[in-house]
Order: sequence, then C-alpha cells, then structure tokens
Amino acid sequence: MSILVDEKTRLITQGITGREGMFHTEQSMKYGTKVVGGVTPGKGGQTVMGKVPVFNTVADAVKKTKANATMVFVPPPFAADAILEAADAGIELIICITEGIPVSDMINVYKYIQGTKSRLVGPNCPGVISPGKAKIGIMPAHIHKKGNVGIISRSGTLTYECVGQLTSLGIGQSTCVGIGGDPIIGSRFIDILALFQKDRGTKAICMIGEIGGTAEDEAAYYIKKHVTKPVVGFIAGQTAPPGRRMGHAGAIISGGQGTAEEKMKVMKRCGIKVVKSPADLGKTIQKVL
Amino acid sequence: MKIHEYQAKEILRKYNVPVPNGVLVSSKSEAAKAAKKVGTKVVVVKAQIHAGGRGKGGGVKLAKSPVEAEKHAGNILGMTLVTPQTGAEGRLVKKVLIEEGMAIAKELYMGILVDRETSQILIMASEAGGMEIEEVAAKTPEKIFKETVDPIIGVQPYLARKIAFALNLEGAALKAIIPFIINLYDAFAKEDCSMLEINPLVITSDDRVLALDAKVDIDDNAMYRHKDTQTYRDTDEEDPTEVEASKFHLNYIKLDGNIGCMVNGAGLAMSTMDIIKLSGGEPANFLDVGGGADEEMIENGFRILISDASVKGIFINIFGGILRCDVLARGVVAATKKLHIKIPIVVRMEGTNMEEGHQILQDSGLNFLIGDGMKDGAQKVVKAIK
Repeated sequence: MSILVDEKTRLITQGITGREGMFHTEQSMKYGTKVVGGVTPGKGGQTVMGKVPVFNTVADAVKKTKANATMVFVPPPFAADAILEAADAGIELIICITEGIPVSDMINVYKYIQGTKSRLVGPNCPGVISPGKAKIGIMPAHIHKKGNVGIISRSGTLTYECVGQLTSLGIGQSTCVGIGGDPIIGSRFIDILALFQKDRGTKAICMIGEIGGTAEDEAAYYIKKHVTKPVVGFIAGQTAPPGRRMGHAGAIISGGQGTAEEKMKVMKRCGIKVVKSPADLGKTIQKVL
Repeated sequence: MKIHEYQAKEILRKYNVPVPNGVLVSSKSEAAKAAKKVGTKVVVVKAQIHAGGRGKGGGVKLAKSPVEAEKHAGNILGMTLVTPQTGAEGRLVKKVLIEEGMAIAKELYMGILVDRETSQILIMASEAGGMEIEEVAAKTPEKIFKETVDPIIGVQPYLARKIAFALNLEGAALKAIIPFIINLYDAFAKEDCSMLEINPLVITSDDRVLALDAKVDIDDNAMYRHKDTQTYRDTDEEDPTEVEASKFHLNYIKLDGNIGCMVNGAGLAMSTMDIIKLSGGEPANFLDVGGGADEEMIENGFRILISDASVKGIFINIFGGILRCDVLARGVVAATKKLHIKIPIVVRMEGTNMEEGHQILQDSGLNFLIGDGMKDGAQKVVKAIK
C-alpha cells in the first residue's frame, strides 16, 4: 500500500509543452505512471511524446481523460492560476513543482483550496513517489525501492539522501512526499502524517524538517496524540545563522523562532526519534522497524 | 528584499498612509538646507541602514536648529553604525533622513506579516509602541492584539475598527486610524510585502496619526512585477560575495568558518553545514547550486567559494538527480584546473551516473579526496585542513 499516488492515478501535466514539463512527464511515464494528458493553453489538439493529448484547459482534460491528478510545471507568475484552474476542474491531487511563486498568490490559493475537494502538495517541492507504482515529480526514480517506510520532507535532495541510505540498507519506501520549502504550502506535515498513520503499507515514518516556521512543532504534538507508528525525525539548519533565508523561501529563523534546536527539543519531547546527523537517518529507521 | 526606511515611507505615501515630512541627504552640507525645508523647530536626523536599533547605536539624533542638524548629519554620515542587529562589524552610513519633529501623545505598534501557522496575513497591534515587539511578546503577550485577514475581502472598515478599539483610541485619533489601517494593508498587499512594521505608530498631541518609523521587506518572488521597487535594492547593504553570487543565480550565504561547501539543494546544503560542524569543522558558507547546475555554474560556484580568503578546504556534496554526477565531475575538474585551486577538495557524489563521475575525477590526474557518504566526506575535509 501507499498514499496519494499509485497505479490507479491518472495524471496530467500542466505546462507539458515546456522543457521541464516535457522532460519530467516522460520520466514519470517511463516509471510506469499513467499519464493521460497535458495542458498548455493555446496548444490544445496537439499530441506530444507520440501519444499524449494536449488540452487548452484543465476542465477539457478532465472531461476527456478522467484525470484525477496533475503535476504543475507552469512558471512562477502563472503557477497560482494553474493551481486554481486545477482545483476548479475538480482534480483531486494537485502537485506543484514550481519554485518562486509569490507568497501573496499562495495565500489566495491556500484560502480557495480549503473550500474545494482538491489536495495541494507543494509548491517548490520534488513531488510524490510510491516506489514500484507511480512517480509524480522530479526525483531520481532509480534510487527508490518498494517497501514500508513513509517519508515526508520539506527538502528535495535531502530526501534523496535519506532514500539512498534506506535503499542501500535494503529498506524500501511506501511513499515519499516532498511537501515543499515555501512558507505557504498546500499540505503540511500533519496532513501527510494522518495519511501514513492510516496506510497499512507504512510501518515507520521519517520526517525531514528544516529551520523556519513552526510546522515541525505542530507535527510533533500531532504525532504524540495521533500517530502510533514509530517516527524518526531530522531538522536541517542546526548551524544556520538567524535572519538569513537559507535557499528555501521558508527556511529562515525570524525573531528567534524556528530554530533547529527548539524544533528538535519539541520533537524529542513528543516521542520522535530525533537524529542529529543526517548520515544517521537510514540506520535509525532500520532500528525502529 | 530589505529596503530603507525612506524607501518604505515613499511607498506608504503612495497609499495615503501619513508619514512625517522628510528630506533625504547624503552630505553634511545638504543637511542644514534640508532642515530649513522641513521647517519644524525640532528635526530628527536618522541614519539609513538596513538594520533596526539605530537609536541605541547613536544613529538617530534630535536637532533644535539647522546648524545642529548639520552637525549631527556630519557625525552620522560616514560612521560605522553598530546596533544590536548589525553585528560587531556594523554598517557604514551613507544617507540620513532629516524629518520633522512632532509632539507625541502616544506611541503604538502595528505590524503586518505572513503568518505561517494559519497560512494567512496577520495584523498585530499593540499599545506598547516604541519597544521591540519580540520583547513585548515575551514579557507581556496580553498587550498584543492580533487579527487574521481574509485575503479575499482584505481589510474592511469593521476589522480596522476592531483594531482601533483594541488600542483604546477615541475621538479624532480613532477616526484617523481607521483609514490608516486600511491603507496600510493596501500597501502591504499591493506591493507584495512580506513584512511591514510601523514602530512607533504615533498619535500626536493634535490627534494626527503617523508612521514615525517604517520597516518593510518585499517578497523576492514577487519582485518581477514591481519594476519601481526593484530599484530600491541597495547592494552596499549586502555582502559583496553574496551580491556577486546572485548575479550567477547562485544561492550563497557567507558564514564564519573555513570549509567551503558546494551542494545541490537547500536542505542538503544546510545539513552539509551541520555535518561539518558535527565532524569538528566550521562551514565557511552555504552554497546551493540548484537542481539544474551545469559546468559553467559549477565554475562560478568555485570562483565564489575561493574568493573567501578564509577557505582552507572545499567539500562538494552532490546527490545527483537531474544534475548528473558526470556533468558535475567534468565541471569540478575544469574549474580546479582553470582556477589553479591548490587547497584540498573532497568530493562526495551519489545518484545519477555516479560511476562515470568518479572515473572522470580519477582520470583527471588531480588530487581529489573522495567521500564515501556525507559523514566520511565531512570527516575527510576536516582532517585535510588540519
């Protein structure tokens, strides 16, 4: 079992005719994801990669293909609009890869999405993969292995690092979810934790956070109350200086809040196995399994 | 992006948020003329740097005459202003703002920010103006009043009234602060601010409401749609290496250590710094070359790294996804040769085309140290510089 995406997922790509959109759609298809179409306004009627139909609107794509998931590769100035369009068309799962969307756009999107049946993952994230079933995103597929560890992370390459360690220990993953490095994101740790707790295919959870905000604290309290599966946690940025934005728009310690030290303390207090060194993630997960 | 107080006030004026009359000067000789133009008996001379706590460092002075204003401006201009927020090295003051003085009856606080807990915009207000809000929050949190704004309707008069009554205002001041709050939010939303702080917001003895100070940060992601505010960037306030790196779209932040790091991805870059520290070393920087780095970007990254004279060794930590290890290895070899790098370089690569990458490093004839995993890489670089 897995969460969010599997062999039944019917995917479209918004921005499919762009360089990135095309490349990663092809990679996802090669992995076995059921890609049913793409959307680029003004290019409806075309076919890309030999067999993938392009539509002008998401609504058209849903009507013709019964798509239930979308991967958004639309450039930052138009990405929020693309998410809203997908939600309006009733797409259940919207995964937004785009980095650099203005915060005020995301505030509106977040508010609007609450009243729809759509779930947004991202933006500024690597996507979601359920190894052996489907991949929606930009992560390197070959490092993954089918198994029973669920991963939730704010970071891309650091997730690959964790996956790489697990796979080399022979431990597979049920689903890996990159929730994104922006201050405003569609799905937070707690939303994904709830899904992993319910998923019978997930035996342990790895949560990779970073400095900035209080999402990890919120997740820690949630875990204490609602999660019975073992959770291993790590916070990136233990040596980050305050007041500086560390690559991700959301990775900033402001007003003394959001330090790695504080987050790790709360997580430990809530029963999470916190590792200090990122090199110990795999081994620690192996121990709790 | 951070901007200066005088720039923040220019924005506020555009949205009809009252601010004191003021003139910006960059030389002592202009100061007296500016004070005369402002015209009040007392004027305030304020250093313009991107850091708070200026008063504590001697960067804000009252002047009772144009002559005195000139004297203060002369002292402040060119000084290295050290405040609790600048760090020990301080900031060189190049501009001062000469502003009208006024009779203050009450000092309040008002801030607008992106609240990550609710993913909405939050207005914070307090009667404890003039103090640092973090301090108020820590000592007397009951003195801070908070309201979340629904982005779809913005700040409506009822919300502004709620805040105004919570601040215990009445009469003319109550009437004046309602449009003040509505316009302030308008400025925040339309100019894509990520933070806007008015501290103090003053009520004068004749019941005027003004933003006496203004601190504004603008969302970097939204800069593309604000051509006018783009010109507000003051690179003198930034680290020169960071300015250079930003020209190449490299995400670089200078730190105090001596091990230069080059990593792909922000989370991995931060944890690379962490693991260097855990291995007994000190990272010299944060450098994220991003997912789509090519040979040229790697060369630029190297150039930035070694321009920091305190760097004694380099740790390259790459988890190849879209960025292939062979591309990285070619870039590293080319840059090392071209830039004649003599300090130890430890390379840890994993992921796409890892074997090819290692072969390229081996065949280069250069003396790279190879890290087997992040921990081994970090330990090797720490050892190599000892």
